[in-house]
Amino acid sequence: MMLRIKRVPTVVSNYQKDEGEDAARRGGGCGRNCLQKCCIPGAKLPLYTFKRVEEIPGDKCVLEHDDNQAPVAFLDSLLLGQWEDRMQRGLFRYDVTACETKVIPGRCGFMAQLNEGRHLKKRPTEFRVDKVLQPFDGNKFNFTKVGQEEVLFQFDASEDGEVQFFPDAPVDADSSPSVVAINVSPIEYGHVLLIPRILECLPQRIDRESFLLALYMAIEAGNPYFRLGYNSLGAFATINHLHFQAYYLAVPFPIEKAPTRKVTTLGDGVKISELFDYPVRGLVFEGGNTLQDLSNAVSDACIFLQDNNIPHNVLIADCGKRIFLLPQCYAEKQALGEVSSELLDTQVNPAVWEISGHMVLKRKKDYEEASEENAWRLLAEVSLSEERFEEVKALIFEACSYTLSEKEDEHLTQGAGDDKPPPLEGTGSINKGRNCNMVSGTQECLVLQ
Amino acid sequence: MEPPQLGLIEQSFNSRYSNWAREALDELPDNFTITDPCISGHPIVFASRGFLKMSGYSRDQVIGRNGRMFQGPNTCRRSVMEIREAIREERGVEISLLNYRKDGTPFWMLFRMTPVFGKDEGRVIHFVAVQVPILRRRQRRRNGEGLCDEILSNSCRREVCSSSSVELAGVSAADSDCRALEIEEKCEASDTEKQLAATAISNVLSVLTHYSESTGRLVCEKRFGPSLVSSSLHISLGRIKQSFVLVDPHLPDIPIVYASDAFLRMAGYARNEVLGQNYRFLTGVDTDHSALHQIKQSIQAQQACSVRILHYRKDKSSFWNLLHISPVRNATGKIAYFVGVQIEEGSVDRHGLSPEMRQLSVVGSIKVAVRSSSMSSSSKSS
Repeated sequence: MMLRIKRVPTVVSNYQKDEGEDAARRGGGCGRNCLQKCCIPGAKLPLYTFKRVEEIPGDKCVLEHDDNQAPVAFLDSLLLGQWEDRMQRGLFRYDVTACETKVIPGRCGFMAQLNEGRHLKKRPTEFRVDKVLQPFDGNKFNFTKVGQEEVLFQFDASEDGEVQFFPDAPVDADSSPSVVAINVSPIEYGHVLLIPRILECLPQRIDRESFLLALYMAIEAGNPYFRLGYNSLGAFATINHLHFQAYYLAVPFPIEKAPTRKVTTLGDGVKISELFDYPVRGLVFEGGNTLQDLSNAVSDACIFLQDNNIPHNVLIADCGKRIFLLPQCYAEKQALGEVSSELLDTQVNPAVWEISGHMVLKRKKDYEEASEENAWRLLAEVSLSEERFEEVKALIFEACSYTLSEKEDEHLTQGAGDDKPPPLEGTGSINKGRNCNMVSGTQECLVLQ
Repeated sequence: MEPPQLGLIEQSFNSRYSNWAREALDELPDNFTITDPCISGHPIVFASRGFLKMSGYSRDQVIGRNGRMFQGPNTCRRSVMEIREAIREERGVEISLLNYRKDGTPFWMLFRMTPVFGKDEGRVIHFVAVQVPILRRRQRRRNGEGLCDEILSNSCRREVCSSSSVELAGVSAADSDCRALEIEEKCEASDTEKQLAATAISNVLSVLTHYSESTGRLVCEKRFGPSLVSSSLHISLGRIKQSFVLVDPHLPDIPIVYASDAFLRMAGYARNEVLGQNYRFLTGVDTDHSALHQIKQSIQAQQACSVRILHYRKDKSSFWNLLHISPVRNATGKIAYFVGVQIEEGSVDRHGLSPEMRQLSVVGSIKVAVRSSSMSSSSKSS
């Protein structure tokens, strides 16, 4: 059985036409200043390089604690300035600041936005939701097809260990730059996509290096109101080209306010807690002896989930200090016809932002009637059942601690001073091999618990 | 991060309170700090004797630093967020918080913070934060096996050494150290401790109020006088260091309702000389009228525009102002303000961003601030 849902895909780029149209145009050559072989030679884009650090810098977060007067961090200014520039150039499909938004009364503080324009003009498309890992398909829309004007800057680690900015840096196809591009259907101000090593055309799949890049972006922006999110396939990612999303919203998210209960601390100091009194069950990762420790713990958990076909969403909050991981099963329930028509009628796709408490609503009626109860009811459907969550949680811990001990073994045996994380394939296949038997029976279909 | 100039910090305290204030505060037995949110980095401007004793730092090591210096790896991020939100919204907060002494030892305390308003300005000038150590025996848990040792002084521990989930995860070895756990669980303060904190706050406030009388710059516990923009917006805008003003197109003659510190420095005016004025008060004899016309048109058309315009400071000296104007919408989606961002021609950015890009980044920050702050305030009124 193959599970599919029909939904209107989000238009993230002005070059994202309906697939048929796109194919027809491609025959006629490019000429649109994209990020493919045809247009890269000679292309120049701003380049921001960040400094790799060992620990999560305590002072980096400029709005940290009670510090409300620190100068705006540079990446923050760059991103805001570039985004506003694209707005004034009219690259977005609508002015998101003209969309009404509010905090829904209640103790959680869910936020609602009325966005009637975001999903117009596209026909519903079928999405396969029962496979978290799917191969990259160059025939479908991917970010190499966006116009260069939609790219704000290249974002990479610096070679000499200093933060640097080059207003006009050549795009070096060989070094496969990571880029930050606008989402032309923003759900809030500053909505961008971080596309790691864009030219490598990676499918939507977490690897250690890419996740660390996303974490660096949260740290570099240094603004607790700038959060990054990730949706796996089957958890409402619509484009199978590796990307993270991010935007500004200077209000605490309900998920950030939710109480947590500490569950365990890994050997490398990464603390894992569990959300409670929140409609979606999930884990919170923080701490760690080094930034890599935190990043690897979350990546390994995601790698485990994707290898075991469990759709999930990730929120990087608090300038990279807190990371929320939420396995989910909504799309699958939807495909199996287990979601009430009342919920489906709202057409809310519970991806990372919705799960974190920010609801984008398409109908005025839903916006006006938005209540904490409604939001809670929707999100409760997204969550794994308690029983299933406990099972997944235990396996995640095992995956994290296993890769940890494996890393220690490596340290004992390795001679070369190679700090690079082990290749994705290695970690992935080990997890796969180990976990296949453990999740047997549930791997096929999460809902049938 | 280097501490801001100590001169500013001394001034923050001395310009508000008379000479005897320090002495009077030092006689109070309580642990507290006074911070100034208007100085970059929101530094501590006063620390009580009790506080220094409790934290193990000397006064010099604390003054000029941000309160986050006392946080450590196990300080709850969610609690830090609650404090951040209280500061942003200029309100009081009371919360249990894990802080660290100079020697690195953690301790639980009840953190109670309250804003102090300037009576004339109607804005927050200081925050007073009282810290009451939580001294309490840990409650035993239902599944009380494998409990850690009895408490260390000043700490409150309710965590069990191992739990089934930890064992399941196969990382129990990492967790078997009680010390790692003693600080994990949130520690609630008793009513006595809450009472102590409340009394301490009121003691400090009465000293501050009393000693502000003789300087003529009165402080008080409640906000007086209407502020032209909401307080949460005021705080968010205060973070943006560049020169800008907000004007309200819905009021007669489109007056300035907010002016940043950088703007006041650039133009040489005091805030009260600027608020309520139409932006044209910066123009003078040699200002080109077509530039003024352009500004007017862009406001009427509700569109952004950039002009180069000759402006005059209070001392009559003139400068070429690269002015960018843009409409700013609030959470209802309607235009609430126009922002004018000024860059004096010839000023250089250390990161190499063009003047245009610097202006746009200010516009972006302001759009986020206005939209987000009006989202929460509308929820409060409902």
